[in-house]
Amino acid sequence: MNNFFIILIHTFLTKLKTKSFIITTVLTIVIMLALTNMQNIINFFNEDGQTDTVAVIDETGQLFSPLKEQLEPLNEDLNLELFSGSMVEAEGEVQAGTYTGVLKLSFDQDKLPEGAYKSNSMADSVIPSDLQTSLQQLKTMTAASQIQLTAEQLNKLYEPVKFERTALEEDAKTEEELNQARGLVYVLLFIIYFAVIMYANMIAMEVATEKSSRVMEILISSVSPIKQMFAKILGIGLLSLTQLAVLLVVGYFSIKRNLNNMQGGFFEFFGFGDVPASTITYAVIFFILGYFLYATLAAFLGSLVSRIEDVQQMITPMTLLVVAGFMMAMFGLNEPEAPFIRITSFIPFFTPMLMFLRVGMLNIPIWESALGIAILVATITVLAVFGARVYRGGVLMYGQSNSFKDIKKALQITKKE
Amino acid sequence: MVLKLENVTKRFGRFTAVDQLSIAIPEKEMFGFLGANGAGKTTTFRMILGLLDPSEGEITWDGKRVDYSTSPKIGYLPEERGLYPKLKVREQIVYLARLRGMQKQDALKELDYWLERFKVPEYAGKKVEELSKGNQQKIQFLAAVIHKPKLLILDEPFSGLDPVNVEQLKEAVLELKNKGTTIVFSSHRMEHVEEMCEHLCIMHKGSPVVHGSLKEIKRSFGKKNLVVHADFELSDLKNYPGVTRAKYTTEGVHLQITGEDVAENVLKDIVSKGFVRKFVLEEPSLNDIFIENVGASYE
Repeated sequence: MNNFFIILIHTFLTKLKTKSFIITTVLTIVIMLALTNMQNIINFFNEDGQTDTVAVIDETGQLFSPLKEQLEPLNEDLNLELFSGSMVEAEGEVQAGTYTGVLKLSFDQDKLPEGAYKSNSMADSVIPSDLQTSLQQLKTMTAASQIQLTAEQLNKLYEPVKFERTALEEDAKTEEELNQARGLVYVLLFIIYFAVIMYANMIAMEVATEKSSRVMEILISSVSPIKQMFAKILGIGLLSLTQLAVLLVVGYFSIKRNLNNMQGGFFEFFGFGDVPASTITYAVIFFILGYFLYATLAAFLGSLVSRIEDVQQMITPMTLLVVAGFMMAMFGLNEPEAPFIRITSFIPFFTPMLMFLRVGMLNIPIWESALGIAILVATITVLAVFGARVYRGGVLMYGQSNSFKDIKKALQITKKE
Repeated sequence: MVLKLENVTKRFGRFTAVDQLSIAIPEKEMFGFLGANGAGKTTTFRMILGLLDPSEGEITWDGKRVDYSTSPKIGYLPEERGLYPKLKVREQIVYLARLRGMQKQDALKELDYWLERFKVPEYAGKKVEELSKGNQQKIQFLAAVIHKPKLLILDEPFSGLDPVNVEQLKEAVLELKNKGTTIVFSSHRMEHVEEMCEHLCIMHKGSPVVHGSLKEIKRSFGKKNLVVHADFELSDLKNYPGVTRAKYTTEGVHLQITGEDVAENVLKDIVSKGFVRKFVLEEPSLNDIFIENVGASYE
């Protein structure tokens, strides 16, 4: 077998077998399962939980039943019970735990309903707010009947205003689509961000480990450093794809199984209903290119340090670039058309995130994304050629220092003259 | 299969690491490189292996330049020792052997042979970080020779080993030599080179100061060593004509002289003075030659 593939497969398999990789993957799967099963989990804990009962002292004698009617569709688990004793007795019952709280209903001077709610603590905000909403509706109805408005008139008053937005651009995204895209882009940006940081780190560590353990010198005497570098980048790239594939498969089935629970919820907001194929294609392209860009950078930075302890320090500038790109992308989610985003999306270090953001959320001319990709590919090529030369010299240097001056030194070693 | 270095020079910026080095190493020979730290030995090896390009001159093996296509025929034990600390010996050796073009099955067979030979068969399943330094070095040596290279380059193979392990490794190296492997090795231990090499080269600050066959070098050095132990005062011997160096011990004196005739004269002079317990004329040791040429001892 070709040396290139021996290294590639060796890198892939040894990394696959490491405890840290297995633990990270399993943890992520657990978190994902938890997220997609959130509704089930909440239900599970609520099942044996008792329904809350609130004691109602109705001073007016007429408000209790209409309030109960109003509340029913709002919160099924909340029971109202008419309490005939005094306020002090009711408070005692609440403290004893019989009731969750006590609500006192009365009329103000305009004969409109008002309420006072007492409970052991202020921590629970759901029950009081549901009670308040119901009472508010009751008050609106009472007030309306006082000024003799018909139900129809009342509806008219509360009907939301019609407000339609239409984009003039021919195939601009509708608002619904844009919301979907925003959610999707948000999630994919996260994936790109974490993957780039995690795997670039892994590559830099791998190179530095080989160097610090001095095994590098045997390796480079049998296989050219450039071959090694790319075999390693591809091997770890394969690893990242494996991990992603596992997560995607688990995620897909978990979402599918729980789809019923998620309608109208968090996931619909994030646009997982139907994903446009082009967005996914772009996501894959930018994920791969982003990975290569930062992986190449990481490999050559890793080749400059002699001790593992220095790796973090060396790749910090690179990590900051990724973070900066991510920050800008987060800002850009709300304002994808800002000129700032447009310009920076052509800077190769930010292109994977920002250009993806733009193609995901806007309808930008094809040449713009093509140009972005072209610049990115060109940068990767330059970086790979330059990086490979630095790598070749860097792996032979065992100094104490680990500054960027070493790049010059590393290049000098490989020079003929 | 001659390894030829012709006027090889290597510069790093303004610093010249190797200067005008010309050597021919015949097939199946053992060739020794001697030199202080920074003399250019490792740089020379790296150039032979093709890891560095010479600034001037040419290095050929069997008429061709050494590059990655020849790597299956070359074994290398770097001075900077190291293996993957977390990998098991077996995985490690098989991986490195496959990179040198060996099949997995052959590598495993060869590994068993060598582990058996070093009497440590139980190491195959152990992680490298669990082994002692000396044993790690054996594994590393194994990694360099497992693919039966035609040309073996050993950079300081015996440094840091205890005498028992040095003997074991020496035997292994000699066995490889007898099987026809061309071996180039560097050391700063004169006795190892003296004992094992037919040809050698002493390097100093990048230049070869002495180069040739061991016998030839010793003969052409001219100077000899003279040890004299006597019951009377020998202090005036240091001023004797033809004596270039004198080192007094409790029993007598060690002299360096320019030739046999000096020894004859000394003997004639001192027998009249009293009883001479010991009078030995010795060939110069490599150490003497080294010190004479490099100008400093560094042991």
